[in-house]
Amino acid sequence: MAQKTMIQAITDALAHELERDPNVLIFGEDVGKNGGVFRATQDLQDKFGVDRVFNTPLAESGIGGLAIGLALEGYRPVPEIQFLGFIFEVMDSVVAQAARTRYRMSGTRTMPITFRAPFGGGVHTPELHSDNLEGLLAQSPGIKVVIPSNPYDAKGLMIASIRDNDPVIFLEHMKLYRSFREEVPDEEYIVPLGKASVPVEGQDVSIITYGAMVRESIKVAEKLAKEGISVEVVDLRTVSPLDLDTILASVQKTGRVVVVQEAQRQAGIGAMVMSEIAERAVLHLEAPIGRVAAPDTIFPFGQAEHDWLPNANDIEEKVREIYNF
Amino acid sequence: MGKKVSIENLLNDQNTDFTMVQILDENGEVVNPDLMPDLSDEQLVELMKDMVWSRILHERSTALNRQGRLGFYAPTAGQEASQLGSIAAIEKEDVLLPGYRDVPQLIKHGLPLHQAFLWSRGHAAGNIYPESLQALPPQIIIGAQYVQAAGVALGLKMRGKQTVAVTYTGDGGSSQGDFYEGINYAGAYNAPAIFFIQNNGWAISTPRELQSKAKTLAQKAVAAGIPGIQVDGMDILAVYAVTKKAREYAVSGNGPVLIETICYRFGPHTLSGDDPTRYQPEGVQDEWQKKDPLIRFRKFLENKGLWSKEKEDEVIEATKEEIKEAIKLADQEPKQKVSDFLKNMFETPTRDIQEQIERFEAKENK
Repeated sequence: MAQKTMIQAITDALAHELERDPNVLIFGEDVGKNGGVFRATQDLQDKFGVDRVFNTPLAESGIGGLAIGLALEGYRPVPEIQFLGFIFEVMDSVVAQAARTRYRMSGTRTMPITFRAPFGGGVHTPELHSDNLEGLLAQSPGIKVVIPSNPYDAKGLMIASIRDNDPVIFLEHMKLYRSFREEVPDEEYIVPLGKASVPVEGQDVSIITYGAMVRESIKVAEKLAKEGISVEVVDLRTVSPLDLDTILASVQKTGRVVVVQEAQRQAGIGAMVMSEIAERAVLHLEAPIGRVAAPDTIFPFGQAEHDWLPNANDIEEKVREIYNF
Repeated sequence: MGKKVSIENLLNDQNTDFTMVQILDENGEVVNPDLMPDLSDEQLVELMKDMVWSRILHERSTALNRQGRLGFYAPTAGQEASQLGSIAAIEKEDVLLPGYRDVPQLIKHGLPLHQAFLWSRGHAAGNIYPESLQALPPQIIIGAQYVQAAGVALGLKMRGKQTVAVTYTGDGGSSQGDFYEGINYAGAYNAPAIFFIQNNGWAISTPRELQSKAKTLAQKAVAAGIPGIQVDGMDILAVYAVTKKAREYAVSGNGPVLIETICYRFGPHTLSGDDPTRYQPEGVQDEWQKKDPLIRFRKFLENKGLWSKEKEDEVIEATKEEIKEAIKLADQEPKQKVSDFLKNMFETPTRDIQEQIERFEAKENK
């Protein structure tokens, strides 16, 4: 075991899979010799060769097409989109092509592709680098959308994603890349897709969240515990499909729930979680379902991030409101 | 009279000669004997049979669509030389990525006719392709097949296969971003792909001139640093000869080729309510009718004593019979089930999907 950052855990997972399966290919803009703009693919080209880890021309749509074509030839592509804000260039390949191939050809062709993309606020990026666009992808049938919140999960989820025989979007929150270290086993292991975790157990209020908001929520749970308010935190880990069993079990236990996302209120997947709870567990609810999300504006100019992004204070306020309803 | 050219000279990444390659003129006379492909009499007759087959398939598909026995159909009449000539030069092991008008090539590549009809009707069974059918179903998103072809071609190269990826778009499609990205990616990776632009002059109602100020579409290859060749798409010998050489060029490790076929579609863009008399100038149809690929190749073969009305009638009758049988087979296909769609979303159904499978199966089994 070693202490690793989330980005090291991701690199670790990629190395395991390159080693294990000769069909795994990693490609994208500057992922080769350069090791990626965040060093996620550091040293992988040196170790596995230019035929396994290679740069592409600067064209996201071409990267998507390349992944689809290589998958048809039996490869297991792990392409990178440098920042999730650039996904619009490749939406057709992801949601209109790769996502529908198994369905379109009744399983006679499949697309075992893992699209990696960094996203997320709090690190003062230029425009269209940090946008939380998971909602767009989660609404597309045929793909799974994974968002780890810590190094351990990132490694296990990445290995699971690469081994999945259907397309997966793996979203890596930039603020979580190096903000903390955690024990991560050196050997390979899997964190199953579509399964949430419960990093903090509690009895009074459930916070259902994902990505960078998990750490913020844990802070709130720890603080409120001192006042005797027992908060449970559910980390979705996969935002499509949702782990309804874990969500519902938590809601049925606490009867009060706050859904937390970094995305704008009209975006993300918070509304989906709320509607599932309303549809399946309304009789267990002691209060309306609370929601914490960003304002419905375009992602903020860098200097305004602090005022715009949801944080622990917003979550604490909402949890108190629902607790005291 | 076509200018004297050498296909070998055109096939290099420094090529800037976009003279249209032609072997047969409108009267079926050989104008470029040096370019004549090495084809036996039997092979020449096969090419004619293919074109007659395709013309009849077009006529019957139009009629069947009007009767409501087919769904989506994009007419192919006029493009027989471009479609059948190119696919005849392609091997079974090559990977075909067709556009929505490229159904004849797909059938020649191995798709059973009744499946092509099922595809037209909107039935999943039309797209069930065995491993041995190296193709994707017709692509609806114009340009997507180009970037995917670059990926397939890179895969073929990495696997060390001596095969190519073959894809088609139209003149309008050459304006798409994916068109450029596709040829540029294939070029950058030196991947074995053959990209066709079937320039039939019109993208629905938009004339070719409005797509680009470029004098030829073949010259767009220059942007990717790959060879571009313009060929008379109404001349099956020229299309065949150019495709054959392009394939040799690509499998020899030289990289991709872009081929523009100058052709015409007799009839509307699709049968979904489009009427070309609303936008095409009067006389255009007549002008192109004279260039009909069947007329000139028929004359060529007749002059060689290889073709007759009787032979043509035989092909026509056999094709009509084949179509009748295929429609019958398509009619027998069981109705689609939503539960099957759900089962084909993922390898293992997610919880949500499993729930929906059970709900639909309960309904379907009532």
